[in-house]
Amino acid sequence: MSVLMVLRIAIKALARNKMRTALTMLGMIIGVSAVITMVALGTGAQSSIESQIQAAGTNMIMVSAGNFQQGGVRLGQGNASSLTPEDAAAIRDLAGVQYLAAGVNTRAQVVAGNLNWGTQVQGTDVDLPFIRSWPEAYGAFFTPSDVATASKVAVLGAVVHEQLFGVGFDPVGEIIRINNQPFTVVGVMASKGQSGMGQDQDDVVLVPYTTVMKKLRGITFIQSITVSAASATDTSATADRISNLLRVRHKIQPDEPDDFMVRTLEEMASVRVQATETMTALLAGIAGVSLLVGGIGIMNIMLVSVTERTREIGLRMAVGAKGRDVLLQFIVEAVVLSAIGGGIGIALGLGVARGVTAWMSWPTSVTAGSVAVAFAFAAMTGVFFGIYPARKAAGLDPIDALRFE
Amino acid sequence: MAPAVIATKNLLKTYVVGEHQVKALRGVTIDVPPGEFVAVTGPSGSGKSTFMHIVGCLDRPTSGRYWLDGQDVSQMSKNQLAEVRNRKIGFVFQGFNLLTRTSAIDNVELPLLYAGSSQKTSVRRGRAKEMLGAVGLAERLDHFPNQLSGGQQQRVAIARALVNTPSILLADEPTGNLDTKTSIEIMGLFQHLNIERGITVVLITHEPDIAEYASRVVSFRDGVIVSDRAVTGRRDAAEELRKLPPDREEATEPCQS
Repeated sequence: MSVLMVLRIAIKALARNKMRTALTMLGMIIGVSAVITMVALGTGAQSSIESQIQAAGTNMIMVSAGNFQQGGVRLGQGNASSLTPEDAAAIRDLAGVQYLAAGVNTRAQVVAGNLNWGTQVQGTDVDLPFIRSWPEAYGAFFTPSDVATASKVAVLGAVVHEQLFGVGFDPVGEIIRINNQPFTVVGVMASKGQSGMGQDQDDVVLVPYTTVMKKLRGITFIQSITVSAASATDTSATADRISNLLRVRHKIQPDEPDDFMVRTLEEMASVRVQATETMTALLAGIAGVSLLVGGIGIMNIMLVSVTERTREIGLRMAVGAKGRDVLLQFIVEAVVLSAIGGGIGIALGLGVARGVTAWMSWPTSVTAGSVAVAFAFAAMTGVFFGIYPARKAAGLDPIDALRFE
Repeated sequence: MAPAVIATKNLLKTYVVGEHQVKALRGVTIDVPPGEFVAVTGPSGSGKSTFMHIVGCLDRPTSGRYWLDGQDVSQMSKNQLAEVRNRKIGFVFQGFNLLTRTSAIDNVELPLLYAGSSQKTSVRRGRAKEMLGAVGLAERLDHFPNQLSGGQQQRVAIARALVNTPSILLADEPTGNLDTKTSIEIMGLFQHLNIERGITVVLITHEPDIAEYASRVVSFRDGVIVSDRAVTGRRDAAEELRKLPPDREEATEPCQS
């Protein structure tokens, strides 16, 4: 008997008891849609983290000074005075380094006219817009000569711009005061939003790092060096070269620990990606349980159905159905149940995922892979849970089956 | 004489129930030539049901031979027997055994679905329609079993039994669930099919008066044939129906509720 014929027989048999068919499918629908929705939520969270990293630049390497230690007192990361502008210059000559910006920060009250705003003053270098792929909204970034002469020029972040001048005002050429010293505004950066770590990257004033060192803090060291590797694949090798160079320059003995720290952005992000991956697996696991329950529901109904339809099976055998035909019919019934249920479940899952994004603005992402896996799993559940009842049906003796009351 | 449709030689059937051996058939030898209408009778436990199961290829004898249409079917595998049932035997049961919630035409079509050859749907439908017409239900193609009277349901079952043009029509207590008048009608249909179309009918019944519609009566007792006689003064169902007072017309009409 052809597969098409078996399919027709199975569909006719399912259509004979529509209510039961619908209820059995419901288990499958809920299971599959739960899996789709949960995986969509998980991968959505993951891809939003990944896109944040992408926005920050995947080939970014952060070099920071180590912790400051004197006697028994240990201050936090970046407080040691070991990292110098000369270190930065040496790193710039390394192979694989494309952009580099020395960094030194301070917090300050920034005043413009009668408005003021407390913010982070970030001393940096001219490469920063390239490292962070961060364009200017007004004016231009400061120049290498500004850095060389420690000029009092400032580039505002979007938040500071808004707080001091208001949206839509071009402040280029205006004077602001940082720690009571006048700075000329040369540009405003475009809004970049929160960083992957949750900081507002726009609440900042960018000035040459030399200016922070000499004019604002009066120090000779720098706190960090931000490096952009020439290629994303070369990032970790470049990070290793930076480590080795700094160990040599700082005369660190082989058995001594580093007095600095080199991290790639990928390393930092991978922790968070791992956390969301675990979460996704957990959610998918819980949803998978409901899929399993749906499958057991199908087996239950198929078993009841075999008992209830014993005479029908006997009759089919009497008019010429072989054991194989009956086996196939019941398996196909189970598979059709779970496949249609799976199909509806996929549609429902897609809808719920869209709804979650629309109403709760959680990022969701439905991949073709997760849809395929959920559907294949549903169909396999049908086969797996259909086989036992089908074998029971096919193993019936036609004489006993016809006599069954 | 034409070669027998059913020929058995020394059929033995032994069941093992627990530790006991039950000898259901103890050597049955019989020939049924084509076109005969045989009634098999006997009290319960006589072995007539076992005989029917073997003749119907639902079961195999423990020993002995059985030729159906000249083909030895006594040693066939289950799958081979299923094919033989599909092509050569039409079953009619006491309880009709129609698929519920399935239209009359779909019920009649059922054996064709298992026939192996991939007939076109239209061919199968046409054949099923033709058979329903032959049993007088041309107007009830799309009725469900629960919309049909007992007699009509049994007619659908007979149409289903005939749809594959079998060698024998095997009826197991076909009138057991029917009232007297409907029983006569169904027996009339069997007689009509037997006489007009030459279909061989094997009727299993424990009612002696129903057996009188056949041309030959074979009686079983304790697993052997105790009598095998031609019927004298055979009952004619069509004649009896004509003599019946026309007070129960509704029996031939569908049960409209």
